[in-house]
Amino acid sequence: MSRPSDHFDSPDPAAERRLKAGGTGPGDGSGGPDGPGGSDDIVQPKLGFVGWLRWTWRQLTSMRTALFLLLLLALAAVPGSLVPQRAADPNGVTQYFADNPSLAPFLDKLQAFDVYTSAWFSSIYLLLFISLIGCVVPRAKHHFDALRAKPPRTPARLSRLAGFERREAPDGIGAVAAIESARKLLRKSGYRVVVFTAPGKNGAGETASVSAERGYARETGNLVFHAALVGILLTVGVGGGYGFSGQRVLVAGGGVFVNTLSAFDSFNPGRFFSEDSLAPYSMKLDQFTATYETKADGAFGQPIDYNAMVTTQERGQAPQTADIKVNSPLRIGGTDVYLLGNGYAPTITVKDPNGKVVFTDSVPFLPQDANLTSVGVVKVPDGLSEQLGMIGFFYPTQATSTTGAFYSTYPDADYPVLTLNVYDGDLGLNGGVPTSVYSLNTDKMKQLTGGSTGVASIQLKPGDSQALPNGLGTISFDTVHRYASLDIHHDPTQGWVLLFAASALLGLLISLFIPRRRVWVKATERADGTLSLEYAGLARGEDPRLLPAVADIAERHSKLLTGATPPETNA
Amino acid sequence: MTLDEYSIFFLYAAMAVYAFAFIAFALDLARRSAQVSAGNTVAVDGSVTTAPTVRESVAAGSGASSAVLNASSATLVAERPAGGSVDGSAKSGKNGANVANGAVAADGSVTRRSLSLRLGVSFTVIGFLLELTADVLRGIAANRVPWANMYEFSMTGTVLIVAVFLVVITRVDLRFLGTFITGLVLILLGISTVNYYVVIAPLPPALQSAWLVIHVFVASLGTAFFALGFALSGIQLLQYRRETLTLGAEFLKLKFLASLPDSTRLENLAYRVNIVGFVFWTFTLIAGAVWAERAWGRYWGWDTKEVWTFIIWVIYAGYIHARATRGWRGSRSAWLAIIGFGAVLFNFGVVNVFFHGLHSYSGL
Repeated sequence: MSRPSDHFDSPDPAAERRLKAGGTGPGDGSGGPDGPGGSDDIVQPKLGFVGWLRWTWRQLTSMRTALFLLLLLALAAVPGSLVPQRAADPNGVTQYFADNPSLAPFLDKLQAFDVYTSAWFSSIYLLLFISLIGCVVPRAKHHFDALRAKPPRTPARLSRLAGFERREAPDGIGAVAAIESARKLLRKSGYRVVVFTAPGKNGAGETASVSAERGYARETGNLVFHAALVGILLTVGVGGGYGFSGQRVLVAGGGVFVNTLSAFDSFNPGRFFSEDSLAPYSMKLDQFTATYETKADGAFGQPIDYNAMVTTQERGQAPQTADIKVNSPLRIGGTDVYLLGNGYAPTITVKDPNGKVVFTDSVPFLPQDANLTSVGVVKVPDGLSEQLGMIGFFYPTQATSTTGAFYSTYPDADYPVLTLNVYDGDLGLNGGVPTSVYSLNTDKMKQLTGGSTGVASIQLKPGDSQALPNGLGTISFDTVHRYASLDIHHDPTQGWVLLFAASALLGLLISLFIPRRRVWVKATERADGTLSLEYAGLARGEDPRLLPAVADIAERHSKLLTGATPPETNA
Repeated sequence: MTLDEYSIFFLYAAMAVYAFAFIAFALDLARRSAQVSAGNTVAVDGSVTTAPTVRESVAAGSGASSAVLNASSATLVAERPAGGSVDGSAKSGKNGANVANGAVAADGSVTRRSLSLRLGVSFTVIGFLLELTADVLRGIAANRVPWANMYEFSMTGTVLIVAVFLVVITRVDLRFLGTFITGLVLILLGISTVNYYVVIAPLPPALQSAWLVIHVFVASLGTAFFALGFALSGIQLLQYRRETLTLGAEFLKLKFLASLPDSTRLENLAYRVNIVGFVFWTFTLIAGAVWAERAWGRYWGWDTKEVWTFIIWVIYAGYIHARATRGWRGSRSAWLAIIGFGAVLFNFGVVNVFFHGLHSYSGL
């Protein structure tokens, strides 16, 4: 089967060497002890450069190396589960750096926060796949030849093979006739067959035999499985570069998303992404509903359903409404839109001392716990005598602990309260350095309320309005909306990945459960006119059912010869 | 009482019965050891032959059972190479038992079946039915499949481990694994009822998918096969040490090993069980990716649970390769199967509970 020389089904190199003292090494192996012997590969140490290359290639494509690389791959994947990864958990990485300031930079040098794209992890799986290809390609060629070849000659001594039995044929049946019926039987059972006949050694009678082989699909399945894995790797590696993923927060009843680059809050394009591939469509969040458990004592407040009701419009078409749920994304314009998060966006208005509106917006707050205590930042750069920054806490259902701290007892907005700590000074926006809308750098700012200032935080319920400190103006909490955090993805190759994965599974099933086996039936006419029938089999690869199968064939053949109907069993 | 309380009641009842099964299976092993020490022959099915003239066929391990097969299927079988009969004894347990029913063989030897082994199986079947009832009641009470948090994973997973064991022993006599299976199930159930119990809660939106039914169930089924493979590989290692020790050497006092199949047969059995587990695990991986695409917007993101599911898949892929690599068959590949199941337990017991990631459905 052109397997690596250290494959279990290849001829034993030690035995081979003993056989061929001339120095020809382990053959490419044909799987069975009866197959044609090894090839002309030289394994003597007088190797030139090409010889060394050959030797290296042989080592790389050997079973032992494949096994070693597999185990190394498993081991190398472990650190990525112990240390947060940038791709899956960027906030976790930031936190890790804050918690382990001395260890984290060292780990970062080892690419421990990007394990699965790291040089060392990549080199392991690339070597593994090179080894795999180097192993599979010769096997595929060999298998292609085997598919067109006839089963091998019947071995001289069947008694040395598995499941050997000898039976006496009923009187009056010749060797050729007996073998013909065995041939038909085996053919019907899915074997590829070839009949050999030979005159008896001492002219005593004829010898006929049928050589049969089945289960070629086992090797086909094996090759399909490995080829499909290569397919997955290539599709993910190359095809993934054409996609993109982006995030956008939509406030209910608020702004419209248009599928253009500037409309995303964040955007991660693949290597080969082109902006032209964005299909134009628009999307607006009409309403977001969240349903929470109100009864069960252990699960009070647990979410039961999230539903983002959106209106979408593709170019040249009428607007359409759709629901986006957690397990049911919206497929539109070549993209998939997923509902991955939600929260509250309090609508806040700031007026200057003259009553002129200088800021009004629904500001998305980030949830901090299961009851949606949320934190958000309001920045008012213009219109007031000083730049104003506020760090706000939003409690959907506010309660006060015994220490006086606020917390939320339920994720729905039953008793919403907004508190704000006000800072004035330099927001740091003038330098042109991009800053996150979710964080406030207070280095160049002065805290005016809350904390150690001695001035109580601003505390508002919907509809409330309050004066800002130092006569800066007024602030009002008008209402609160829900927002939905949507992920918008485009991956043109994921269908291919699924196809390859399904092929791999199918190939695996075939290669593990279809046995490859050879069966021989030999009829020898004796001098006294009686006919001896011999049955034997040979497993090619794992075949736990070989012996029952040979016995079954012998049994059915005997019944055929005696004229009885063979029982319907699967050989 | 609520349905969930009935479910808990049945679960405790099942645990009690499993405990009896464990004791019965352990007694069987003790009995095997004692009989082996006394110089009697014990077959894989636990039947003891006390005869002054021990037949050639009734040696230790599979040689014994295949010889019984030859004897019972009678006639026609004239020659059979000794090496080949190892694989053929797959069905022989049953035949062996039938012969054993006959009690007195032609040469006057007396064969007795193992009462404790039969009691162990009976208790296991009763325990299984009780636990299945508990599991189904939990599902009815929650109005969904009973595998959505650690407590329910444990319950359904152990039901499947026992179910796979009970199904497999109708085909191959692996009843000698009863101690391991019932012991493992008891430990898992003990941990989960004490530490993981949560009241019935509705499914969070991320779990509201048909894939919950498929993905988690197949993963548990794969785990059940891996558990059986783990046990077989473990015994294979012990058996191999016993076989390679020189005659007369004392070994661990695990004399019952003499009554179990030889290490080659154990290895073949472990392989057959593990590849079934591997196929289920491959499916779990693919189904999980399909579900992740729907729920999280990407089919693969190296989430901690994804990482460990991948690691387990690679270890068992390595195991299957090891079985086909010269020099890695036998004990080395057995160690890989054992490490693989260790990773499965780690993935279930440690990653689910302690690791941070998207698969935070332990309910704890």
